[in-house]
Amino acid sequence: MTTLTIAAQDSATMLGRELKHTVRFPLLLIGSILVPAVLLLLFVYILGGPIGHGLGDAARGAPYVDFLVPGILMVTVAAGSGTTAINVCLDKTGGIIDRFRTMAIARGAVLTGHVGASVLRTLVTTTVVTGVALLAGFRPEASVAGWFAVAGIVAAFSFALAWLSAALGLVAKSVAGANGSTLPIQFLLPFLSSAFVPASSMPAGVRWFAAHQPFTPVVECLRDLLTGTPAGSAAYLALAWCAAIALAGYLWARAAFRRGTPVT
Amino acid sequence: MCGMNALTKQATRTAVSANGLRKAYGEKIVLDGVDLSIGAGEVFALLGPNGAGKTTTVQILSTLIPADAGTASVMGHDLRGEADAVRAVIGVTGQFSAVDNLLTGEENLLLMGRLLHLPAAERRARTARLLERFDLVEAARQTPATYSGGMKRRLDIAMTLMGRPRLIFLDEPTTGLDPRSRHTMWQLIRDLVAEGVTILLTTQYLEEADQLADRIAVLDLGRIVAEGTPDELKRRIPGAHIRLRFADAASLDAAARALREGTRDDEELVLRVPNEGGIASLRDVLARLGDGIVVEDLSIHTPDLDDVFFALTGSPSKEQAQ
Repeated sequence: MTTLTIAAQDSATMLGRELKHTVRFPLLLIGSILVPAVLLLLFVYILGGPIGHGLGDAARGAPYVDFLVPGILMVTVAAGSGTTAINVCLDKTGGIIDRFRTMAIARGAVLTGHVGASVLRTLVTTTVVTGVALLAGFRPEASVAGWFAVAGIVAAFSFALAWLSAALGLVAKSVAGANGSTLPIQFLLPFLSSAFVPASSMPAGVRWFAAHQPFTPVVECLRDLLTGTPAGSAAYLALAWCAAIALAGYLWARAAFRRGTPVT
Repeated sequence: MCGMNALTKQATRTAVSANGLRKAYGEKIVLDGVDLSIGAGEVFALLGPNGAGKTTTVQILSTLIPADAGTASVMGHDLRGEADAVRAVIGVTGQFSAVDNLLTGEENLLLMGRLLHLPAAERRARTARLLERFDLVEAARQTPATYSGGMKRRLDIAMTLMGRPRLIFLDEPTTGLDPRSRHTMWQLIRDLVAEGVTILLTTQYLEEADQLADRIAVLDLGRIVAEGTPDELKRRIPGAHIRLRFADAASLDAAARALREGTRDDEELVLRVPNEGGIASLRDVLARLGDGIVVEDLSIHTPDLDDVFFALTGSPSKEQAQ
């Protein structure tokens, strides 16, 4: 067997392990559906009226729900990062990562397994949340190709955040800390992007931040695709951000994995 | 004869050889130049209190963390250059059971088999054999969440054995186990030794090292302060003694006159009398004390880790000092 085949085989084994974990302990998966679903309903039925009226041109003449759902999908992707960081940290604190590290298996296969499972979980959660959105009156105009592109962006963003979360899970001292360190990804960055309201409507300092942080091009790209508008530069910018976050997260996770957990 | 010959040859090979291992975390020096030489087929115990550097030594030798300085080879493979070759021949069971708590016992073993790239049939056969051997057949379909501490530890070792390691690291394998599980674990370790596996064991218990090890190294504050067979080490420890406590100084004086070999502690009104011969020696001490001297309290003291430390380092073990 070549090194590459071994790496693929070990990663597949770890992916299978992680998927089994998800099925046996689905609480976190359910949570990462419930949170965006509740936000969706909250914004559509309770807060959405005045927000929708104030949107103006940004809504492109459609109801607020059509503006909102791409943002909710992005929140759904981000919600998965908590699960990934928690699961990686559980493996670390439980000692099984150290067991794997003393075995002659492909380095990092356990992390690849976590990241792969994270992406698959996110594809499930975003599908369910899309279903809820359709029930709540979401009327997308995306073509078939558009839906594939949406799935692609969701997977790419999920992949990037999963590597970052894996690193956060490895460097966290406790499971609670691992979850806590992903809260900015799960809540702060989505709210400070054009997920819920356009960045242009925000106060000056925040507006600059919202316009230049990765979540904004991702949500704008999703919005373009779902409303059937040609996705322009937002798509390239979104993919560039995904690549950058994935690379940084991967390098960070790899370094943390190699460093191990010293006893004190 | 041929078998004997092969065995002798194997016993002369070196399983672990380490020179000048050093490790520090910031200002804190954890290992301060550790040298080790462990022969193949040997049970070697690293004895020491918490914080002595036992786990760090195991972590370095099992490729988990790099040493700051020093060289080491395991089963002839250099730790730095050939880490994967080292990993292929070792098995590690850490201080806390590193099992997958969401998989059943059986699935845990099968997972190890997959990661070792064993063919499916062999994976299943070996899993069944290990479940049998470690008395986990009935618990095979349950997750470790339902296991006792001893069962978890057995599953952990079974997972370690999936890869047929030639050198096994056992980091405090009985810490936290009840006496019965501890004895089961000792028997398991003896069985491994009978199969010719080399074992590096760490422990806080002198008795455990005494029971299992061919050789013991005493580790204190990152340095090996003594090394030898259990008998060699015990000869360096002051023998067991009988501790007699009295109600007043007069009684202590009288007792000290009757038992001149004893050492007295005037502050605590205690006399310590060497007790090499067990019951006979105890009877002799009591006879010499006679009926006239009233003893408040009598206790028999056998050497433990604290004695080893006191004898070898001149200071009590760190834990006791705290």
